[in-house]
Amino acid sequence: MTSKMWVTMGPQHPFSHGLWTLKVKIDGEVISDAIPIIGYLHRGWEKECENRTYPQIIPMADRLCYSASMTWSHVYVNTVEEALDIEVPERAQYLRVVADEICRIQSHLMWLAAMGTDLGNLTVFLWSLREREMFLDLFVKLCGQRLTTNYPRIGGVRNDMPYLFERDCMRVVELFEKRLWDIIALMDDSAIFLSRMQGVSKISRKEAANMGLTGPAMRGCGVDFDVRRDDPYEVYDLMDFEVPVHKDGDAYARYAVRIEEMFQSCEIIRQAMAGMPDGPVRVKAPRNVPEGTHFARIEDPRGEAMMHLISDGTDKPYRLKVRSPIFVNVSGAKRMVVGTRMADVPAIMGTIDMCLGETDR
Amino acid sequence: MSFSDWVNISDPLENNASPYGASENIPYAIGSGLWEIIGGILAWILNMISPGNGVSTWLISEAVTNALGLVLMVVVFFAVIFIVNLTMIWMERKVLGRIMDRRATRIGPLGYLQCLADGLKTFLKEHIMPDKADKMGYMWAVSIVIGSAVLIAGMIPLSPRWFLADYGSGLLIIFAIFAVSPFMILVAGWAQNNKYSLLGGMRAAAQMISYEIPMLLVFASVALMAGSFNINDIVQFQAENTWFIIPQIIGFVVFMVAAVAEAERIPFDLPEAEAELVEGWQTEYGGMKWGLIMLSDYFRGYVACALGAIMFLGGWAIPFVDGLVVPELVFLLKVMLLFFILIWARGTFGRIRTDQILNIGWKVLLPLAVLNLFIVVLLKLGGVY
Repeated sequence: MTSKMWVTMGPQHPFSHGLWTLKVKIDGEVISDAIPIIGYLHRGWEKECENRTYPQIIPMADRLCYSASMTWSHVYVNTVEEALDIEVPERAQYLRVVADEICRIQSHLMWLAAMGTDLGNLTVFLWSLREREMFLDLFVKLCGQRLTTNYPRIGGVRNDMPYLFERDCMRVVELFEKRLWDIIALMDDSAIFLSRMQGVSKISRKEAANMGLTGPAMRGCGVDFDVRRDDPYEVYDLMDFEVPVHKDGDAYARYAVRIEEMFQSCEIIRQAMAGMPDGPVRVKAPRNVPEGTHFARIEDPRGEAMMHLISDGTDKPYRLKVRSPIFVNVSGAKRMVVGTRMADVPAIMGTIDMCLGETDR
Repeated sequence: MSFSDWVNISDPLENNASPYGASENIPYAIGSGLWEIIGGILAWILNMISPGNGVSTWLISEAVTNALGLVLMVVVFFAVIFIVNLTMIWMERKVLGRIMDRRATRIGPLGYLQCLADGLKTFLKEHIMPDKADKMGYMWAVSIVIGSAVLIAGMIPLSPRWFLADYGSGLLIIFAIFAVSPFMILVAGWAQNNKYSLLGGMRAAAQMISYEIPMLLVFASVALMAGSFNINDIVQFQAENTWFIIPQIIGFVVFMVAAVAEAERIPFDLPEAEAELVEGWQTEYGGMKWGLIMLSDYFRGYVACALGAIMFLGGWAIPFVDGLVVPELVFLLKVMLLFFILIWARGTFGRIRTDQILNIGWKVLLPLAVLNLFIVVLLKLGGVY
């Protein structure tokens, strides 16, 4: 077993959580080279948008990532509003913040579930999905859908909060904050889990910046940047929350950042619900977008989501470019896995939180 | 003073005297009784067809009854072991369902028949073999993996009156057969012509080397303390003195960890780590072969727990109410108790990494096993036991 061999992990592989391939060159069990291969899920999303009117693209933006549909339609709507230069009603901004944070929590819970199976712990998987159901139920109440929510609109949101939504939201958040500690105890109190995660695939601050990592993967490497705080959109500048940053840069740091983010999201939901003003939730937006180039970015659960819009004055975009956080993060796969063992691959790639819909577009 | 002074290894196949009376063997009694009924009916029918023929008398003769009684004894014994294993699978699913907060099994009363339904399903699946697989290795290796698991389950007595064979060197033979299957897993991993299987097989070999040595040392300390390799003697010794879990608590812990590794269960299920190796060495096995591999996993889990119960928890002996309760049930209860710990570990822990498993085996378990042996020798020399 001294000779090296290539092992193709994927596209149908339990670790890949989607449709992508990681070819690894192993020497015994130690990885000496790796090539990530993506593109299996390429649907021509950007090209397809050029044949749709602006409102028609909102449900398509949901399909970019199944577990972060809210933030993707949000960033699209933000881009168009930037181009139209319209002011969104304040109540709609608050509702978008609440919806975004619910989306962030349920997306992180999906990641936690996948992380559990990657490390061979099925209990974490089922417990996380159990908690996630509560937030999906909130989505059902707010938007009528579990995953592809289709909630933001150009100039506001589709509908106001349903009856008693605030009470349900507070109940869920309170219960969730208690139960999340159970899952944390299952992971952090286990020496096996810590030994799998700590010190694995260390990335320095400089390397993370050079690779262009964003989101929890970057904040786990000690880079203190969060679009919500440093380039606030909607009403995030009124919210009082912390941006969790860990300096270690290993798999455990990326895990810890996501866990702490969930608590911070609960805090933001609470504040947004308390400060929610009355008023309309939507303003009328013109059909045609004036000529120009615009972009908007928001903090996706996986990193920095950005859309770049070139409009030609018609009711359809001339070009819509998506900056996907995972597309950039996965390019660091080689740097992350080389030198580790075959068994570390799921643990390391799990901390990136792959989502192929937005990567391949 | 030599090793043989302490441990009786004189005749491996000698039938030791059992405290409950050696001649009585319930499976054999049931088996020969069954043949008396079946053979009697056959002889009656044959006699009706052609009265006074020799075959009828031959069928119910003592020699034939003895021989076929032995065959039926094996059937009876394995029927019981099989039911015990189904119960363990059912128990694992139910307890895991409880731990994970989900529905577990649903078919039959309390979901007990789910395993049978799953078995039927796997039985009806198509038999698929990879084109470039080594046919010989592919079939034989897995047969031996399954066969050895079943064989060693048959070597463990449920009580002094419920056994297939009573060996003077029972513990040694059980250990020897326990160690066969990792080799065959290596062969199976190689024969499938699949990189994942190959890695799984290599992991099985590495794991075996690092876990059998501590396990063997624990076996040796138990045999030393009891003065015999015979399972009856070990249990009898514990019934007369103390259960070995008290003086050999270190050995018990080492044994349980090594047993989990031997049974390839989480947290030590590296050879079939589904996250990175798809299904490890079982990747290319499908249909009933896979079903039997799964079943043999539970047979090995049963054997590991049964050995733990025999060596450390006093087997079928129970203080205060000895003789009032059925010893077989006491034994199976202890087995289930140990198996519950295994299920609990599976519901709580994740999977460990290859280099870490070797570290634990060589740097933690081996010194602890030696320490345990040392304590046993000290106790033995001090005349405590």
